[in-house]
Amino acid sequence: MLDEYVSRKYRDDWRPPVDANLIKNKVAIVGIGQTKFTRDSQRDELEMAVESIKAAVDDAGLKMEDIDGMEMFTIDRLAMPMVISTLGMKNIRFTSEVSFGGGAACAVTMHAAAAVATGATNYVVCFRSLNEASGQRYGRGDSYADYMLKAVTPHYGYHWPFGFVTPLAWAGVWGKRWMHEFGITREQIGWWPVVLRENAQNNPNAIYHGRPITHQDYMESPMIVDPLKLHDCCVDTDGACAYIVTTVERARDLQQTPAVILAAAQSCPMEQEIQTIYSRPVISGLVETWYAGQELYRIAEVGPDDIDVAQLYDPYSIGGIIQLEELGFCERGESGRFIEGGDNIRVGGKIPVNTSGGLLSEAYIHGFNLVIEGVRQIRGTSTNQVDNVELSMVTAGPGVPSSGIILRKD
Amino acid sequence: MTVEYNAEQKIPYPALWHVLYRSSTPFWDGVKEDKLLLQKCKSCGSFLNPPRPMCPKCQSMEQEWVPATGKGKLYSWVTYQESPHPAFKAPYSAVLIELEEGVRIVSNMVKVKPEELQIGMPVQVTFEKVAEDLILPKFETMS
Ligand SMILES: [Zn+2]
Repeated sequence: MLDEYVSRKYRDDWRPPVDANLIKNKVAIVGIGQTKFTRDSQRDELEMAVESIKAAVDDAGLKMEDIDGMEMFTIDRLAMPMVISTLGMKNIRFTSEVSFGGGAACAVTMHAAAAVATGATNYVVCFRSLNEASGQRYGRGDSYADYMLKAVTPHYGYHWPFGFVTPLAWAGVWGKRWMHEFGITREQIGWWPVVLRENAQNNPNAIYHGRPITHQDYMESPMIVDPLKLHDCCVDTDGACAYIVTTVERARDLQQTPAVILAAAQSCPMEQEIQTIYSRPVISGLVETWYAGQELYRIAEVGPDDIDVAQLYDPYSIGGIIQLEELGFCERGESGRFIEGGDNIRVGGKIPVNTSGGLLSEAYIHGFNLVIEGVRQIRGTSTNQVDNVELSMVTAGPGVPSSGIILRKD
Repeated sequence: MTVEYNAEQKIPYPALWHVLYRSSTPFWDGVKEDKLLLQKCKSCGSFLNPPRPMCPKCQSMEQEWVPATGKGKLYSWVTYQESPHPAFKAPYSAVLIELEEGVRIVSNMVKVKPEELQIGMPVQVTFEKVAEDLILPKFETMS
């Protein structure tokens, strides 16, 4: 089980041949849209969903009736037909939902891309809307209970009676193990949230715009669930994001620079639970991120050194930092040293990350804001723009079945 | 440190699993009799954790339940500084124990303070009645 991960050798002998991949270089993201990100929107999720979708359609220069496909999360609380009817999308011929929460952030892109690549549909809109700050919070034990107890997932029965009830704690267990095995220090971890908060200072849409923190602020911030401090946690947000996927051929006739999908991949390795990935030979790493990354590099025929900028799904700092190792931006166990001082992950550094502020400092829209920022880096319109971006990577939630994309310039 | 439970609040206890996952039932039946049981594949001898109706290694659907020694080591843990649910009073720790059999399970420690926890410390199982209808396997430091 997980021999490939343990030996760090990704086999390609039985995987689908790269030249048969219908998504690679043939599909693009052509429109992006979002609402304001706030902590108390006084709005419902339908309102925010349709506003962000309208913005994406306008951004692409399309009409509502052009959109004939829709893609969303299974955990979204909205009923898709209501969204379609509210928007007046009268030509929908393809709909799909992807499971696994934040792990699906790039899987929706992949499914939409597969649908347009096969000719099932022309333009697919992908969206996520949530009232995480003022409505139901996924990270809270008490609101989680009703939702999760209905899930057909036996391991919850072995966790909940012990008060082990929140994603933060589930991740803290593998995080502490990672710190223990590689001697990662609290000081090192702090550089991730500090650099992301710096990025948010240039992004007026970021929740923490205008509220910088120093490394000392991080060190002095309260512990929520040891080993995770307040500033290690993502920012609960009200907001919505949407983007539109179509073929590269159609994209070239539209008004925006296309962000071409060079590769898209999903992963669901053995013993994958929701963060509680404890039955694996190794729990100090993110096995699902490694598999998604390996598949992305295999399809794209590039390596980590070729990636110019990366948006790494970071629901808590450690979930982003360990991805640096699993995606090959540094050696295994070296990410603590790699981010020390922050320069390697700042704009201008070895691999600039989460340039909009990421899930810790921009917003927590289950990774959709990261996809949009990945597109901006290709367009050259980020508020923390990296020079001469050719390849822009985005990943999805770690600790769950995951996904990723590599975007490139046309 | 023993977890302090708030008696007025019901402990979140996914009772539905008996219906959805019959595989879990023998574990909890064992706990009621102060036994820590593990599911094992009858065909290839692999431990199945969490329990399941098929062995992922050999696809056999024949299992047996065998008693664990109850001894193991602290593999990792977290400490809640704020209570995430009204049934539990913070601070308290949730721990991941690696049993001698190689199986890892989530639990709590009894009579140990969070600051005394150390990865690798030897532990053994003990059973604690935490509510009228709920006994849980917990762990104490090995004497
Ligand atoms: Zn077997």
